[in-house]
Amino acid sequence: MAGKERVTKLKIDNVKKVYSTRNGEMTALNGVNLDIKENEFICVVGPSGCGKSTLLNIIAGLDTPSSGAVYIDDRKIEGTGTERGVVFQQYALFPWLTVLKNVMFGLKLQGKSDAEAKEIAMKYIKMVQLEDFVNHYPKELSGGMKQRVAIARAYAVKPEVLLMDEPFGALDAQTRTQLQTELLKTWESERKTCFFITHDVDEAIILAQRVIIMSARPGRIKEIVDIDIPYPRDQETKMSPRFMELKNHIWSQVYQEYLEVRK
Amino acid sequence: MEKKKKSLLQTIPGWAWVLISLAAAILLWFALSINPKTARSFPFIPAIFEAVKKMMDNGALVQDFCSSMISILAGFALGFVTAVPVAFLMAWYLPVRGVLEPWIQFIRNIPPLAYVPLVVITAGVGRKPQIIVIWIATFLIMTVTIYQGVRNIDNTLVKAAKVLGAKDRDIFIKVIFPATTPFILTAVRLGISVALTTLIAAETTGATAGLGMRIRSLANSFETAGMLMYIIIIGIIGLVMEKIIKFLEGRLTGWQEKRE
Repeated sequence: MAGKERVTKLKIDNVKKVYSTRNGEMTALNGVNLDIKENEFICVVGPSGCGKSTLLNIIAGLDTPSSGAVYIDDRKIEGTGTERGVVFQQYALFPWLTVLKNVMFGLKLQGKSDAEAKEIAMKYIKMVQLEDFVNHYPKELSGGMKQRVAIARAYAVKPEVLLMDEPFGALDAQTRTQLQTELLKTWESERKTCFFITHDVDEAIILAQRVIIMSARPGRIKEIVDIDIPYPRDQETKMSPRFMELKNHIWSQVYQEYLEVRK
Repeated sequence: MEKKKKSLLQTIPGWAWVLISLAAAILLWFALSINPKTARSFPFIPAIFEAVKKMMDNGALVQDFCSSMISILAGFALGFVTAVPVAFLMAWYLPVRGVLEPWIQFIRNIPPLAYVPLVVITAGVGRKPQIIVIWIATFLIMTVTIYQGVRNIDNTLVKAAKVLGAKDRDIFIKVIFPATTPFILTAVRLGISVALTTLIAAETTGATAGLGMRIRSLANSFETAGMLMYIIIIGIIGLVMEKIIKFLEGRLTGWQEKRE
């Protein structure tokens, strides 16, 4: 595939995360190794509690590994950085700011003038088609619209890597499908490295170049599946025999892990 | 269901209900004023107007009103400027929380009237103990309210700010502060209400003027019309304060999701 000569953007090197809880130590992640290429779209699937979110938080710099490290362009990650944008499942919009001000938030922190920040913010608000809602507050928006704002806000500061933690998990099926299609379009035009967590196998296959299946606690990488369906993909792709084949395989793997958890 | 069958009662606008409520209150008041058993405690409107006129003429009403407002506002202001930093320190530093929270919970349930004599013994009589008592009462309620608010800040908002490049200072000014504003306003509302209810206790400290002091002095001469008038004035002050805070809330925290 054409991806062979691409450079490694993110390197997850033997990451382990142990939490101490009231009932002793709990290993959330153990021996996680993964190289993510520049512009690659990675989806991570696995049962609840397999440490997907912990891994994302470590890459984001919101959490630190107990051992091992994550590198971005060969530089060790310590703390958060604007080259890594995050989209949270709960939208995490600032409720006291309008759509425009939310998207401008990161730009203002970079010291941009109001005019400049506004211009950039408007570009990304148009990208997510919310130009009619710039002066609305988050409470006036639907869940899907809120997540669009969050995506625009993450894109506006021009991150090199986009980390998404089940961003469409709280949305209804139609909105979710629509946002998947929009996200794919954006990814094809803006080409960023994407690390996307989901529990929806269909979503993982439609979006990703590679799907990472994580095992139950302690979380480790169980299998990496190359999704050899060419882009552009759309919802029609879900009808193709190859899609069904991949879906059956990934689903059975995830289900096994799910049974592990229930034991 | 509700839309289709809109009954006659539902078509009455809000302001009309206020008028109806007021009319009902006056009717009840009138009934109490002609009932021989309650008539002495509830002189009717003409008697009240007479009392207003009398107290206006001798200047007592204005003096009492101003005196009480000074005590309330000074005590409340002191309560506010001390409650905000203490609440934040409690939310952030475990030792501060560990030591102060039990104190606050303990003192909060003691009626201010109980510790007024102790305050007087140290602070003397007059304005000073009044302000101190209102300060203590408003400080306690506002500290608890703001502290709960700071603790309840959605942590994902802090995370979202961090990944967008916010440093600790930005997080405080641009996230913690606005996120706490609704709780601060709730604290102000509760603080004002506590200041009013504490006023009567505070003015038992040998005050020379004041709404609470006057009610007790009128009681000594059985001037029930005057007493009732002062009671109504305290109620009106509370209502006006409430409206002012509601207005501020609409202005400052209109972005909030309303849970109805």
